[in-house]
Amino acid sequence: MTFQAPIGSSLPRDRAKRLLAGRGRYIDDIALPRMLHLAFVRSPYPYARIVAINIAQAAAMPGVIRVVTAADLEGVVEPWRGTHNLFPDMKVPVQTALATDTARWQGEAVVAVAARSRAEAEDAAEHIVVEWAELPAVSDAAVALDPAAPVIHQDYDGNQAFTAAVSQGDPAAAFADAPHVVEREFRFNRHTGVSLETRGLVADYDPTSDRLTVHQSHQTPHQQQDLYARLLSIPEQNVRVICDDVGGAFGLKHHLYPDELAACAIAKLLGRPLKYVADRLESFLSDIHCRDHTVTARMAFDAEGRIIAMELDDLFHAGAYSQYPRSSVAEGNQIIRVSGIPYRHDHYRAETRMAYLNKPVLGHIRSVGHPIACAVTEQLVDLGARALGIDPVTMRQWNYLDDTDFPLTSMGGIALEKLSFQACLDRALERVDVDAFRAEQKTLRDAGVYRGIGFATFVDLTSIGPEYYGEGGQHISAQETCLLRLEASGGIRCYTGATDQGQGIDSGIQQVVAGVVGVPVSDVKVNSGDSELCPVGGGSWGSRGAALGGEAALRAGRELRGNILNIAGVLLQKAADSLDIRDGEIVDAESGAAHMTLDEVAAVGHFKPYMIPDDVDADLTVTARYASRGRMFLPANGLHVAIVEVDTDTGLIAFHRYLVVHDCGRLLNPMLVAEQVRGGVVQGIGGALYEEFVYDGAGALCNGTMADYLVPMAVEMPDIEVEHLETPTGTSELGAKGAGEAGTTGAFGAILNAVNDALAPFDVTLSETPLTPTRILQALGKI
Amino acid sequence: MKAPDFAYMRPDSLDGVFAALAQYGDDARILAGGQTLMALQNMRLAAADVLVDINRVPDLPDIVEEPGHLLIGALVRYAALAESPLVQQHVPLLADAVPFVAHAAIRNRGTVGGSLALGDPAAEIPACMLALGAEVILSSAAGTRTIPMREFYLGLYETALRPDEVLTAVRVPKRRPGQFHAIDEIVRRRGDFALAGLAVSGVAEKGAVEAISLALFGVADRPVLATDAADLLIGKALDPAQIETAKDAVIASLDPPDDPITPPAYRRHIGGVLVQRLLGQIREKLA
Amino acid sequence: MTRAVKSVAIALKVNGENVNETVPVRRNLVDFLRADLGLTGSHVGCEHGVCGACTILVDGVIVRGCLMLAAQADGCEVETVEGADATGRIAKLQAAFHQRNALQCGFCTPAMLLTAAALLEANPAPTREEIRDQLSGNFCRCTGYQAIIDAVADAAEAGE
Repeated sequence: MTFQAPIGSSLPRDRAKRLLAGRGRYIDDIALPRMLHLAFVRSPYPYARIVAINIAQAAAMPGVIRVVTAADLEGVVEPWRGTHNLFPDMKVPVQTALATDTARWQGEAVVAVAARSRAEAEDAAEHIVVEWAELPAVSDAAVALDPAAPVIHQDYDGNQAFTAAVSQGDPAAAFADAPHVVEREFRFNRHTGVSLETRGLVADYDPTSDRLTVHQSHQTPHQQQDLYARLLSIPEQNVRVICDDVGGAFGLKHHLYPDELAACAIAKLLGRPLKYVADRLESFLSDIHCRDHTVTARMAFDAEGRIIAMELDDLFHAGAYSQYPRSSVAEGNQIIRVSGIPYRHDHYRAETRMAYLNKPVLGHIRSVGHPIACAVTEQLVDLGARALGIDPVTMRQWNYLDDTDFPLTSMGGIALEKLSFQACLDRALERVDVDAFRAEQKTLRDAGVYRGIGFATFVDLTSIGPEYYGEGGQHISAQETCLLRLEASGGIRCYTGATDQGQGIDSGIQQVVAGVVGVPVSDVKVNSGDSELCPVGGGSWGSRGAALGGEAALRAGRELRGNILNIAGVLLQKAADSLDIRDGEIVDAESGAAHMTLDEVAAVGHFKPYMIPDDVDADLTVTARYASRGRMFLPANGLHVAIVEVDTDTGLIAFHRYLVVHDCGRLLNPMLVAEQVRGGVVQGIGGALYEEFVYDGAGALCNGTMADYLVPMAVEMPDIEVEHLETPTGTSELGAKGAGEAGTTGAFGAILNAVNDALAPFDVTLSETPLTPTRILQALGKI
Repeated sequence: MKAPDFAYMRPDSLDGVFAALAQYGDDARILAGGQTLMALQNMRLAAADVLVDINRVPDLPDIVEEPGHLLIGALVRYAALAESPLVQQHVPLLADAVPFVAHAAIRNRGTVGGSLALGDPAAEIPACMLALGAEVILSSAAGTRTIPMREFYLGLYETALRPDEVLTAVRVPKRRPGQFHAIDEIVRRRGDFALAGLAVSGVAEKGAVEAISLALFGVADRPVLATDAADLLIGKALDPAQIETAKDAVIASLDPPDDPITPPAYRRHIGGVLVQRLLGQIREKLA
Repeated sequence: MTRAVKSVAIALKVNGENVNETVPVRRNLVDFLRADLGLTGSHVGCEHGVCGACTILVDGVIVRGCLMLAAQADGCEVETVEGADATGRIAKLQAAFHQRNALQCGFCTPAMLLTAAALLEANPAPTREEIRDQLSGNFCRCTGYQAIIDAVADAAEAGE
């Protein structure tokens, strides 16, 4: 199926112009009449009992309207449990908006102060006296799973949250008989999303109509509507969540946060608008974190270098609770499902064990589990190549799944329709002359300069289907709906359930509608991010917006186009299927001759409906829905190639080249996809080289400021070449797969492999991220 | 976070500043460029009750040429320091150091005096002043005294400034014939505080080192002079063996404080690397 | 102001308009611009001077809006993205950012524009390295920076 422009065109985004003029509307830009501001007292300890709370002094301070503890919220807001019914054995403790008798991570919200200004709320928060009884904190999963370890949740007999395993073939026998086995222990340290706009909301409750309106910096307005309605006992039709401009999200903002729910509850309690915007320091302590896995993995090869088997054991150092509403299972579960996918092998075993710790809750941040699965697999492939004396490119060419293998179900149980591993590598080799690099590498090594090349083949499980959360018992929409309305003047309003935090989903959908209906892109205005106005959908997360929201838009566009042509057919006394819409004009489908303009049709549809016979479909407001069936994911794939230089004196790493060959099926807007990839790569570089939460021996965070927690900045980042392949999915008409996480997915693996290739002369292997200068020099034995 | 409810005053003379310090004592803090102080206030960390803004005190000098010296006023901002022809000509190490300091917007506001009075152990300007043998001018109602940089820092964020004193200027020797200098630092990201840094200033005469100062930053509780290494180099040519010896002496002399993110061993090691690299650069320039 | 005070009357020029306000002395400049004057184009990302999102111009040079008190802007000329947009001073940069998709969420963008404009005024033909260096203190979590560098280079070529 081919689509007409602007589908597939690299158009700039409408929304960008407003943001470039400083006319964005983010949460802290909103001010409502009588609005109060909220600040929290948070636990200074990773694990401590709350003995007593004295609010007397704070409550009397200037500007303070109300000081709220957990006891005040009883009956106002319900507690919750982050369960997932596909993992029924998981231990899932009850969580509350404010800590009741015990705080289980440093930064857990304990007391809230509502005041006339944020500064006054903070003034008062400093004068709230909490008497703590500190408890020994558990901050490492290996310790947590020891039977002698303190138990974090007294309702359970240990800290192990859940285990999950997959096994195919006979891996034990395969490893026993294999001529070559490589094995490593990997450590992927904890980091987070660091959206530049922190989390925040303005909650506005009107008791006279029992109506709650929440302006929130969030990815999933409909999900939040459901949560607020249920947890605050407000009829859902009275709850509206508006996500206007969102200053970055990256998965950070598609969860329920206790402090945000507390803010809504206090707005309800007080009956007046209330703003809560997390400051940067509390963001580091209270945002969802990601990674924090220790993985032991091995791979078996035959004498020629063909992969026989893979095994993996993941220890998942999770947080104090299971996040809500998705639960915290996914990162561990994705690691055991995604590892090894690109390679043909017959035996596989993988297991994950998740432990509760006295740390912030682990959740879903850009590319859940995937960077770990990719890095583990790709480093084992490189280690195998090294052990067998085969170059990494040949190793991959020999072992990749190829066109003849598809479709198939992976060892981890993932249905793969058609992926393009070989083609991606071929394209990369057109761009990177590996032989020339090897020659240069050798010359440079002789001069004491250490460069390396790393390849990372990845699979991205995008656009999750409804079955996963539907069967999990979670109220999470994995379908999408699009509503189109042809205005009387010929313009089209589009409402989508997908949301745009800068990725450009609005533009992608705009292009689909324009292309399918046949109008200039400027005639389509996309509205999103409002749970009241927009048709139901899941928002944007998990690389789903373009694939699912795009397909729904295609269906709606087709229906609207059909109705427009029906009306035109009546007016022109021609068969509707002899007509076409091109550039906003009704034309003869064969000759292209113009008959009438769209606004003429629209005016009849709006103001002279009596001209259209009743049996003609002529609705100019149409809704279409897309829910996939019988597939869990839309797997996309690609390849990262990194060339780095390691300064063996300082341990600093510099990029010389970075290439991504990416295949996400049909491209709605290649420029926007490439920019998603680039931004994702740099976030991956953050995890691979810079970002890590460091805790002291007592489990307290040591680097919770922007000065100490290192995010990637402009000077050190490479230019990133992006190549697109297009293998459309056959499961939808549009054929698009998700793209938002691909950049992050492969970056860890490519960089680990490149650094280890650079350091090959020293016979060292690094398998811990981030690759800090200290870790490099320690591996080299220099410190 | 928002700053706590402090008070603010903006004296229009140095005498006014002295009076404020006398009145408020330890509760007061002098606000110059504010590029550290404001961040601390915003984070409610050791926040001051009274900020005494000296930005509009007229009697502080700009950059003034004196016989043998430049006098650099406390309120001279980093950007002005780098752009000053007097500095470029007479104390080029300072001009070379400024690009290492934070970022453009910070350099437009941060001041020489603020940097010196704060004494962040990883900051560039204090180390440069140490390497250059500068002296700071401290003024109070009782008068003015001058203290060599090497006696100014007493510990972590601890200086010889008395509670009633203001650092008003720094006097820096002009370069002499044969003088060389270099500065570099190891950072993860451009503009970060240094994991370790080195500012070197010295004089060469007929291929031999006549005088040299190696000021390291980011490796101790304050900027430090590597005197053992300097002593080893005096009177010698900067050949690879001498450089290696100096490097070893520096490594032996360093005992960086423990820190949860960067272990002392790393800072000590790269301190040595910097000595080797910068002395190597100087050697090439002298050749 | 030779006595210590908790609030202060200030008179300044913001985007060419005269402003007379009384502010608590603890209010920093970017909070003042946003909350008191409604100039919400300048953003607050960390409040400790690191992320760069609050970058504005005071007396013609870029500074961190969170590291300066509103009280200190008394008598100054302040320019924000709203002013730079209105005068057309950053029009070529804005156009180049739009074409290159050099912004995603847009939160860092006003500060990026003002920081880049300051570079181009001082150095009309910067290298990519000089552009990266100028933007070294401005955090962008979305783009990976490359498109921003491209856009600034394009604007330089177009003669911003």
